Amino acid sequence: MAISQMVGASIKRREDPRLVTGTGSYVDDLPQTAIVHMVVVRSTDPHARITGIDTTRAKEADGVIAVFTGKELLSEFGAPLPVTDCFVPTKKYPKHYPLAIDKVRYVGEPVAIVLASSLSAAQDAAERVEVRYESLPPVVDIEKAIEKGAPVLHDEVGSNLSYDVKFAAGDIEAAFREAEVKITQRLIQQRLIPIAVEPRGVVADYRTWARKLTIWSSTQIPHFVKVWAAVILGIPESDVRVVAPEVGGGFGSKIRVYPEEILTALASRRLGRPVKWIEDRGENTKATHHGRSQIWDVEIAAKRDGTVLGIRPTQWLDLGAYCSQFGTFQVLGMLVAQGAYKMKAFDGRAVGVFTNRTPTDAYRGAGRPEATYLIERVMDLVARETGVDPVEVRRKNFVRVEDQPFTTLLGLTYDSGDYRITLDRALQMVDYQGLRREQAEKRKQGKYLGIGLSTYIEICGLGPAVPTQAAVGVSLWGMSVVNVHFTGKATVIIGSSPHGQGHETTYAQVAADVLGIPVEDIDVQHGDTAIGPMGMDTYGSRSTALDGNAVHISAMKVQEKARKIAAHLLEAAEGDVVYEGGKAYVKGTPSKAVTIQEIAVAAFQTSRLPKGMEGGLEATTFFDPTNFVWPFGAHIAVVEIDAETGATRILRYVAVDDCGTRINPMVVDGQLHGGIAQGIGQALFEEAVYDEAGQLRTGSLLDYLVPTAADLPSFELEATITPSPVNPLGTKGIGEAGTIASSPAIINAIVDALAPFGVKDVSMPATPEKVWQLMHRNGGTKR
Amino acid sequence: MRRRVAVTINGTSYEHEVEPRTLLVYYIREQAGLTGTHIGCDTSNCGACTVEIDGHTVKSCTMFAVQADGAQITTIEGLAKGSTLHPLQQAFWDEHGLQCGFCTPGMIMAAKQLLDRNPSPSEREIRLGLEGNLCRCTGYHNIVKAIQAAAKVMAPGAEAKAPASVS
Amino acid sequence: MIPAAFDYVVPRTLPEAVAELVKRGQEAKVLAGGHSLIPLMKLRLSTPSFLVDIGRISNLNYIREEDGHVAIGALATHHDIEFSDLLKKKLPLLSGAAAQIGDPQVRNRGTIGGAASHADPFGDFPACLLALDAELKVVGPKGERNIAARDFFVDTFTSALEPDEIVREIRIATPPTGSTGTYLKFSRRSQDWAIVAVAAQVTVSGHNVANVAIGLTGMGSRPLRASGVEQALRGKGAHDEDIRAAAERAAEGTDPPQDLNGSPDYRRHLAQVLTRRALEQITAHH
Repeated sequence: MAISQMVGASIKRREDPRLVTGTGSYVDDLPQTAIVHMVVVRSTDPHARITGIDTTRAKEADGVIAVFTGKELLSEFGAPLPVTDCFVPTKKYPKHYPLAIDKVRYVGEPVAIVLASSLSAAQDAAERVEVRYESLPPVVDIEKAIEKGAPVLHDEVGSNLSYDVKFAAGDIEAAFREAEVKITQRLIQQRLIPIAVEPRGVVADYRTWARKLTIWSSTQIPHFVKVWAAVILGIPESDVRVVAPEVGGGFGSKIRVYPEEILTALASRRLGRPVKWIEDRGENTKATHHGRSQIWDVEIAAKRDGTVLGIRPTQWLDLGAYCSQFGTFQVLGMLVAQGAYKMKAFDGRAVGVFTNRTPTDAYRGAGRPEATYLIERVMDLVARETGVDPVEVRRKNFVRVEDQPFTTLLGLTYDSGDYRITLDRALQMVDYQGLRREQAEKRKQGKYLGIGLSTYIEICGLGPAVPTQAAVGVSLWGMSVVNVHFTGKATVIIGSSPHGQGHETTYAQVAADVLGIPVEDIDVQHGDTAIGPMGMDTYGSRSTALDGNAVHISAMKVQEKARKIAAHLLEAAEGDVVYEGGKAYVKGTPSKAVTIQEIAVAAFQTSRLPKGMEGGLEATTFFDPTNFVWPFGAHIAVVEIDAETGATRILRYVAVDDCGTRINPMVVDGQLHGGIAQGIGQALFEEAVYDEAGQLRTGSLLDYLVPTAADLPSFELEATITPSPVNPLGTKGIGEAGTIASSPAIINAIVDALAPFGVKDVSMPATPEKVWQLMHRNGGTKR
Repeated sequence: MRRRVAVTINGTSYEHEVEPRTLLVYYIREQAGLTGTHIGCDTSNCGACTVEIDGHTVKSCTMFAVQADGAQITTIEGLAKGSTLHPLQQAFWDEHGLQCGFCTPGMIMAAKQLLDRNPSPSEREIRLGLEGNLCRCTGYHNIVKAIQAAAKVMAPGAEAKAPASVS
Repeated sequence: MIPAAFDYVVPRTLPEAVAELVKRGQEAKVLAGGHSLIPLMKLRLSTPSFLVDIGRISNLNYIREEDGHVAIGALATHHDIEFSDLLKKKLPLLSGAAAQIGDPQVRNRGTIGGAASHADPFGDFPACLLALDAELKVVGPKGERNIAARDFFVDTFTSALEPDEIVREIRIATPPTGSTGTYLKFSRRSQDWAIVAVAAQVTVSGHNVANVAIGLTGMGSRPLRASGVEQALRGKGAHDEDIRAAAERAAEGTDPPQDLNGSPDYRRHLAQVLTRRALEQITAHH
């Protein structure tokens, strides 16, 4: 393609004027008349039989319109909530309805809904719903869940084991026979709560006589909600419209069809009035799915020179109380755990169990942070055991650029990348050798500096039609419509559903380059199922690799049609006409050009079109790339540990990332900043803690520690650009890379700092107390 | 039992009968119809509901509307002058200091208080000044840059160079 | 969430407020800045049926020096205290502690009278008031009485206040020349409550410690004095080794809690570290 002007430019976002003035509309901000407020009564018991629900007193309360229980609505659920295969088609899982029917299985599970004329009335009445529970012993531990005699959550599954499957290739026994160094390590992926700053919210408006259901939801997946709302409610999909208005962050937590989307719709159908539900934060920490919640056990076979021969990881995944829609997506971590490295054998086992805790599902990175944490900790463990510098261990094991496209043991093929260049640049930026000298000096003074590396790769751009269809049941293509109006302005409709990623800006940049129409004259529309064909929404760092490229392709189709119309207008042979910068002209005579505005007018005037050509200047694309995309990079964290308190201070955070072509580098960097912060959150601050009784102890932002500005450093970012060969723009995803890379960088740095104390691992979050205890477990003796 | 509450928000007078339990944030959003002030938590941690009352920022989810009776309130909607953004709004836009935008109104109100009290803060002072506002998208990196940029524009004597400035 | 419904009154004077409390009995709660009470009410962990809003009582927001005392009105906000020139000069312990409470918005609304009355063992002011031997002037139906800080903080969320009493003023003897203080707070995240914090006020005379007071936050069900440290250091030299030895006694007689933020052992250790650092910081100026 021609060298472009807009792709690569850090132009300001078109979304921002409305957002900085407080005039964007999130679900809670939509105008509303005659609206009914819904409050969900939730289980306070982690595991119990429901022996009765008395709604009498609630129904008598002021302002109450109706109260419904699961039993009362069961006949209206045409299907249970959806579950996708996600790499484990053989898993066992129970039916899961939007309201509990006869048993509750986690604190926060919906039990009944109260509908009232005001929010305060609904909340008051919800307290008057009396649910009688017969408590059962709760299961709150991954390993104990599958011990003999453990209480069973789902009789229809028969045990708390959902699946136990292998992902293996190469001769692992041979690898361990050859090994000079064998290491065994347990790594904890603590349970996390996503905490988008906007909690979820839904308004549903069911118009029986118009046969129209409209759902406004704070969701990442309006198109999928439309499908499943139709299926579960038993109504034609053509009657359903779903709108994701302004959405205040997702991070995976708004990736699935949720009970409240169905319940508001059902209530609206029953009451004939629009129904609104806005999640409060206390609900959000329990009723919106959690992330991670895994234990990884790994055995490593390596040589004394730092060569990794093979690994044998087991992933113990806590599904929570039910299998969520993409509940086993995290098993992707097993598929990509080989990371940026070559090895001879891989022997993976993935086990999924049910516990009496909030269901888990995708959270920023979903499987890839776990994989990266595993393999990057493996590299450092091998470095420690062999005495080879962690940089050298990585260089020794890296997939080399001459190996690209490289196929992993489990059969995935990387698209491109020279992993040495990002590492080399990051090392330069921090002055690695200088830092190592400083570290040695400081240790003599009793100060503990740590340097942590993470040389990640990431699978994203979901994705190619065939493998994604196998995983989630539909082919996750990119979708776009590019429509040039009569006046030469354009509308772009996309299948992705952004919630902070800036697609309105970046996709306008893509179309602007192809069409030569100014960015300001291109409107990008999204998040409304009524405006275009089925889109595949936004998650998994897929949007730009898929929908962004779909925009490019549609724009190219429009350009091609424009060129044909121009040839007709110029009375020239089609082959002689070039289109450039919003104008078409006969090669060599740019002074006699027709502009896109003139071509657009002609496109609506049959007499000026070539014979037989349809009118209009519009194209639609469903883009299916030939592979996933594989961004990569090197992150280095430099930390200092306060030896007396165990507190970690991040002195520097350096990252060199390669996500291929950067449409808007400013937006790319912003994605990285937020991603890195979230990974640091996991490494140092965040953990969903349940007590033995199954109660969530971190159910508010008082206890669940989302880092503040004062807890984080500024970040030093640089880039290399290796365009992806699998899509026309050469883009790769970047939404999750920061999170994927940063947790291991931080933990590797802390473990490095604590090396004099013989510390080989610290579990996340590395709280000051945990670090202090590790330093002092041998009475503070250094080795 | 309802109480009469009269306030001035962004220069406009409002008067309504409300229940004493009505939180100020609901008054602003529902009675005054100004939905730029958001609700992100129950526990005064997130700061999305930050507004200015008689010159001091508060979390409007942790105050009853009756407590604000008679007060002068400024919300995010009151910062721009006509079609000219407040320098902080402009700087957040210029520096990509927002992504999903949900925390942004509260963040900008907190930043305004910070610069009102300390016109040329250090990076550390900026970060501490934002400790009551959570953002999950930006890692705060560009928010800090935006406030640094706005501080330059808003500095005394900078008006001449900065058409966007509002004193 | 929205609090449960309640009735509400705005007295203009303290006697009116006390009269309301007397009339309503246990159902009533005093509302000042609201930053302790409103979050509890929103979660419906507290459901008073009547609120007495003392926020509009005049002449309760002041910080002034009189008769060898610093007097702080109950409605002085954390922000007022943080930015008070008088306090920065005379009682940097208190202004320094104020600057570390919550976040700027919380400090704009929270009041010292409210914070004291709430008697949160993790609150920052109680340990300071204890270390400063503050006196709390409270008014009730029987008139006014003074309660020493050491008697005021009784237990978790329990003060010596009767339900119909209201804190009017906090009085602290102006520290002599050569006396200064600092508040060192350790938490995992900047806006949070302390895991442990140390309020230290030291009077140095020549090279000796003439007087020392250490208040501890987060080391029991109420703020505590580290009397072992005080005994060890009072009248001694302010040398590093003296300070180190004295600070090791910081956890004596404490009963620190176990919670998500820290174990009792870790808290004892932090108390020692923070005490030593506070003492070093103060004596470094001499």
